[in-house]
This record gives sequence, structure tokens and C-alpha cells, in this order.
Amino acid sequence: MISLKNVIKTYDGKEVLKNISVDFPDGKTTVILGPSGSGKSTLLRSLDLLVRPDSGTLSFSDISLDYAQPVTKKKSFDIRKKTSMVFQNWNLFPNLTVIENITTAPITVLKQSKEETEKRARQLLSQVGLAEYADRYPSQLSGGQQQRISICRALAMNPEYILLDEPTSALDPELETQVLLILEELSKMDQSMIIVTHNMQFARSVADKIVFVEDGEILFDGSPKDFFEHPTTRIKDFLSGITFDDSKKLK
Amino acid sequence: MWHIIITSLPEMISAMLQYTIPLAIISFILGLILAVLTALIKFIQPSENKLVKYPWLVLRAIADFYVWLFRSTPLLVQLFIIFFGLPSAGVELSPFIAAVIGFSLNTGAYASETIRSALMSVPQDQWDAAFTLNFTTKQTLMKIVLPQAVRIALPPLSNSFIGLVKDTSLASSITILEMFQVSQQITAKNYQPLLMYSLAAFLYAVVCTLLTFLQHYLERRTSRYVKGSEA
Ligand SMILES: Nc1ncnc2c1ncn2[C@@H]1O[C@H](COP(=O)(O)OP(=O)(O)O)[C@@H](O)[C@H]1O
Ligand SMILES: [Mg+2]
Repeated sequence: MISLKNVIKTYDGKEVLKNISVDFPDGKTTVILGPSGSGKSTLLRSLDLLVRPDSGTLSFSDISLDYAQPVTKKKSFDIRKKTSMVFQNWNLFPNLTVIENITTAPITVLKQSKEETEKRARQLLSQVGLAEYADRYPSQLSGGQQQRISICRALAMNPEYILLDEPTSALDPELETQVLLILEELSKMDQSMIIVTHNMQFARSVADKIVFVEDGEILFDGSPKDFFEHPTTRIKDFLSGITFDDSKKLK
Repeated sequence: MWHIIITSLPEMISAMLQYTIPLAIISFILGLILAVLTALIKFIQPSENKLVKYPWLVLRAIADFYVWLFRSTPLLVQLFIIFFGLPSAGVELSPFIAAVIGFSLNTGAYASETIRSALMSVPQDQWDAAFTLNFTTKQTLMKIVLPQAVRIALPPLSNSFIGLVKDTSLASSITILEMFQVSQQITAKNYQPLLMYSLAAFLYAVVCTLLTFLQHYLERRTSRYVKGSEA
């Protein structure tokens, strides 16, 4: 389990995370929802130390970390070893081929053998239906294909948790579906995941837990059933605000 | 006319092979090494560890001073100081060594800014992706950022190299018998300034054209992964 306690992050004096405490259970899919600018990415990136909160603690099975203290290289390595991030714009390395994108980190960082790593990478690629693209460059592939590859890249590091920051927000609906199907598959295999998304249907059907963030605070932390079936007024507003309904007019 | 060209050409080509080209190549390589080091010192944020941070900030101040100094003064003046000036401070250098030092330092100062801007042009996203995979800063630079930066830096670096080839003519002022100096000497004998200086210009143009071809070749090689590039 990953637990955050009393996490505070400020940018230019403005509190972006306001004393947040939350748990992300093992083997489960946690979905983070909330309006734009509410702090979802900041929260997710704090788990991987891409963002350094001002204070608070992170505990992750046997590791615990105080954000206010300097972080040793070893600790940061150990934490990042347990997590792997998938980005909204996938951030593949354009100078490396698809297979190199997946294998470079396991070979360089985890010192795995080249052969074993490539074999595994090809397996992952065929699981996402992209086996024949191994030797292409990312720029030759569609966004949906690139995002599936970036999921392979994350999986190849064998992280305990995969962190996904709006993995389908830059994709059109058809490509989005291809990516969501893979995530659903992973979720069924009990891969621990934390996903920021705006896709309510996906959240509803795949999430084991929902965290609703607004303005740097957690307004809901519980089951999808409670979230969708007994929403608070604010959550109702949020849900109806992102659903297209032409009886509502812009004011 | 052809007679004059044919008799002076061997002497000029030999000066080119002996001085112009070696000066340009050696100075460019040394300048490039200096430029990469300078650019990295300015580009990389030192870690919070005080033992690393303060020495790094000192290095950075030195790098800033170096780039400022060599960009703010004329190359000819730099060559004069190194060759004619330093002996009075007890440092005597051969003309060739003095020229290499002057050209390298000058090229390094300009090229460091080219490389620094190429490094900055690689998006932060690439660093984030590398860090989440647990690459160190050094591994990220070597495997991800530098290969992308090289592609971006190639055209402006080629500019610097071509500029340097032509700037080697300034070495004549510190007694080096490079090609332009030789063309002046021949002119003094045959009174054909238009012809001789045009010939010198032509030879510079030949070398620079070859370099342009090299640039295009390298651009194709380093752009293999870019959309729409045929390779
Ligand atoms: N690097 C940054 N510098 C300054 N402000 C930032 C930075 N990153 C995020 N913010 C601000 O923090 C708030 C939360 O951002 P973010 O976590 O990206 O929200 P979300 O992912 O929910 O859209 C926003 O107001 C955003 O403008
Ligand atoms: Mg975000």
C-alpha cells in the first residue's frame, strides 16, 4: 500500500495540495477524478518524486519518506523502482526505436540481460497488439499506438504500481478505447494502478476506489458505488458538468 | 591567366593542407569539447548536496566569464594577445599553438551557447519519462537528451565550423603561412591581386562546400527518427 499523510505542496505561495492524506491499496485500481487544475497531476507526480511536496510523508511498504527532508539517491531510486509513470502525451523517446524505448531502462537501470529483456519486450508488444512495430520509430505510429507502447515501457520495469496521468486525454475515442481495454485487462490481473482520468464510464466500471480532488483537497475517498450512486451536491455538479446535456445552456 | 593559376595553385593548396585545414579541424574539435563541457556546466542543475553545489556554482561562474570574455572581444585581438602579448607575461607559444588556442577558445565560447540551446530544446517531458524509469541524470543525458540535442545543434555547429575555416585567414596576422598569406606573397611577386585573391576565395569556397555536404550527410543520419525524413 502507498500512504500519503499531510502532504502540502505550494507553487509561488499558492497551496496546490492542501494537507492531503490518502491511501492507494495494493492490487487495486484507484481512479483520481476532479476538475482541471485541482492538483491531480501534482498528487500523482509526488508519488514518483517528479514533484517534491514541501512537507508530508510517503510510506510505501518498507520505505518511508519525509518530503521536508533531503531525499537520498538510494531512497529515490527505491521508490521509483516500485512505481512507473505513464504520461498524457506518452513521452516516448523519439530517438529510440519502439523496442529500445521498452528495453533501454531495464538494461541500463536494472542491469537485465539484453536477450531476456528483448524477449519480454516482444511479449509485451504482442499483448498490446503491436508486435510488428518493434523496429519502428515512435514518430511513425499513431498516438494510441504510442500510448500502448508507453504502457509496455512502464510494465517492463516490473513496478509495483503504475501511475497513469490522463493516459487517454490526447486520444480520439477509437484510440482511447484500445488503451482503456488494456488498462481494464491489467486491472483484472490485479496490477496496482492509480489513474487520473476524465472518462467516467471507465472509472465506473474499472475503479476499485475513487478519489475526488478539488482545489487541492480530497472531497471524496471511497468506492465507485458510493461515488456514483450517492453523490454529494458538489460531485453531482461535477458529474453533470462533464456530461453533455443540451438542455443546459451556457450562461 | 591559366599559367598563373597553375603555377600558384600547388603552393596555395599546400598551404591549405598544411595550415588552413589542420588549424580548422584541430581547433574545432578542441572547441567542441570545451563547448560541451561549458554547456553542461551551465545547463545541469547541481544537486542539493552542498559538497556538489558550491563547487558547481564556482565552475558555472568560470564558464559564464569565459563565454562572456570570448564573445565580447574580437578574434583578431584575442590572437594578438595570445601570440604577441603573452610572451611579456613569460608565456611563449609557437604561432601554430597560439592560433589553435585562440581559435578553440573562441569557437568553444560560441558553440557552447549553441549546445546549451539545443539541450534546452529537449522537452522537460523527456526528463520526466527518463526519471520515472530511474535513469540517472548522466544516463538521461547520454541516452536520451544528447542524441536529440545533436540533431538540433548540427546546423548551427556547421555554421561555426564553416566560419572557422574562413577565420583561419586571420592566422596570417600571427605569422602563420596559411593559404591567404601565401596568396598575398604570390601577389607581391606577380601583381595579380584580383586573380590571386579570387583564387584564394575559390579555394575557401571549395572546402566550405565539402563541409556543407558533410553537414547534410550528418543531418540525414541524425534525423532518421524524425517523421517525414527518408532514411
Ligand atoms: N510547475 C508548476 N509551477 C507553478 N504552478 C504549477 C505547476 N504545476 C502545476 N501548477 C499549478 O498547480 C495547480 C494544480 O495543477 P495540476 O496538479 O497539474 O492539476 P490537474 O492535474 O488536476 O489539472 C494548478 O493551479 C497549476 O496551475
Ligand atoms: Mg493534470
